[in-house]
Amino acid sequence: MENIIELDNVTKRFGGITALNKASLKVTRGEVVGLIGDNGAGKSTLIKTLVGVYSPDEGDILIRGKKVNAWNALKARESGIETVFQDRALTPQQSIVKNIFMGKELRYPFGFIKEKEQIFEANRLIREIGFTSKLINAESPVGNLSGGERQGVAIARAIYNKAELIVLDEPTNNLSLNETQKVFDFVLNVKKSNRSVLFIGHNIYHVYDISDRFVILDRGEVVHQLNKNEISTPEELMKIMRDTIGAH
Amino acid sequence: MSNNNSYLSNYFHRNGRALGSIGYFVLLMVIFLIGAPEAWIRPNLHQSVFVMMPTLIFLTIPLVFLVASGEIDLSFASTYAVAAYVFALLVKNGVDPAICLVLGIFTGAAIGALVGTLIVVFRLSSLVASLGVLFLLRGVILLLSNSRSITIMEVENHWIYPLLVGNFYGFPMQIFWAAIFVIFCYYFFNKHVFGIHIQHVGDNSVSAEQMGINVNAVKIKAFMFVGIGSAIGGIFTTMITYTFFPTQGFGYLLLALAAVFVGGTPYWGGLGTIIGAVFGVGIIAYMEIGIIAIGWSGEWRQFFNGLIILLALLGHRLHGERVR
Repeated sequence: MENIIELDNVTKRFGGITALNKASLKVTRGEVVGLIGDNGAGKSTLIKTLVGVYSPDEGDILIRGKKVNAWNALKARESGIETVFQDRALTPQQSIVKNIFMGKELRYPFGFIKEKEQIFEANRLIREIGFTSKLINAESPVGNLSGGERQGVAIARAIYNKAELIVLDEPTNNLSLNETQKVFDFVLNVKKSNRSVLFIGHNIYHVYDISDRFVILDRGEVVHQLNKNEISTPEELMKIMRDTIGAH
Repeated sequence: MSNNNSYLSNYFHRNGRALGSIGYFVLLMVIFLIGAPEAWIRPNLHQSVFVMMPTLIFLTIPLVFLVASGEIDLSFASTYAVAAYVFALLVKNGVDPAICLVLGIFTGAAIGALVGTLIVVFRLSSLVASLGVLFLLRGVILLLSNSRSITIMEVENHWIYPLLVGNFYGFPMQIFWAAIFVIFCYYFFNKHVFGIHIQHVGDNSVSAEQMGINVNAVKIKAFMFVGIGSAIGGIFTTMITYTFFPTQGFGYLLLALAAVFVGGTPYWGGLGTIIGAVFGVGIIAYMEIGIIAIGWSGEWRQFFNGLIILLALLGHRLHGERVR
């Protein structure tokens, strides 16, 4: 399978602190990778490096097998890597369609907006991603949606922005069971469309349920990687985590 | 059926506030009609209102943009006079009034840009900073003009006079231009990148920034638009009355702000309604003139203006609080 992105022995330092130490990670097309680790394990630095907020001090970043120099946020987006921020970057009083096209509106000359095309496209996107309620359409205000559904709007926007890899930063934080399931459904639909997801979370059960592969991070190092078929319960994953973290 | 429900609920989300202020306007008309039918039927009541409305529209509608962006401006009432002063002074010195008009509007835009930049760059409170600019500019005007008015009868013989503020078979042209302005602003606010970005910025500026919208530029442009609207209002009024006077515009400060909020634009940003604001202007203008027309003393005017602002706010409350 094609690697969408590959981090090869990436190191990132801030002053005297090594936040990432020779971390290697790859995401192939159509897979959901779960990134787990304690607070301060370097998850945040790893994600920010992946999406180009930070450029690595050492090591290489490869996009579809090709090395990229001077890695930055713009190059990451051009390579089809989109982040869904923890706060989702939505404007709740505006409609779903306005949120999906925020900052990237479809325009006629002189800046007038192609409203009908936007609404058509937004309705298609939210159905594709798995919105089933007939009470919700592209013109519904985001503020009327539940937490899980808002996550869905942010994911739909990432897909519209031609994302090949969607980075979800703690997407199930503060969500009820029901809402978490909705987010899982959205993620599965993204996977079905042959896109990839990097799922970051500190709830092991959530990460276990949704991911095909797990990457365990500790003190800036990737300490273990395994496929889901190597284990059969989230408890096993938890045990592996306990055994690897602090053991190296 | 459920599709109908979502359609209706979306419709009310988008238009509820405008419908609210249309409701108040109709209610006010009914009260006038019942309270003083003979005054209401007299055409000169409505004529007076229609003389006042265009100026108030040029001031109020751009304020809807600014308030929706999450800011406020009080200095527009002085910008109005500065632009009128530039216009009148240049006309008096023999410059072609069409050029004076352009320069006057340019002055308004420049003041708006300065006020906006000041507030955005130094992260000042727009309420307090624009209050400062309001007094500062008024002071500048009083000093420059020596507190004297300027009469410009000569403007009547120029082609822009009949085009902008003349009578077209008894129809005042400024109403036509105000209507064009409203239609333009309706599309500008709802269907143009400018208006849409203003709504995102006023709703959640952090989100807007994350999605690549230049928040500061959007806000400065909104301040500029308020400056342009004030300049148009000031110059039109100066042409209609053939006179610039140095205290001009002060009386519109609270009326225009009242029209924005009575019109259904909430104070917290992210939302706004152009149609609502037009009816807000209608309500304020009819209150100003109607109270006198039905034979009550002018003292009641302020009382009722205050009452209607409070009632309108309470009514708009029904459309719900801010969603986050």
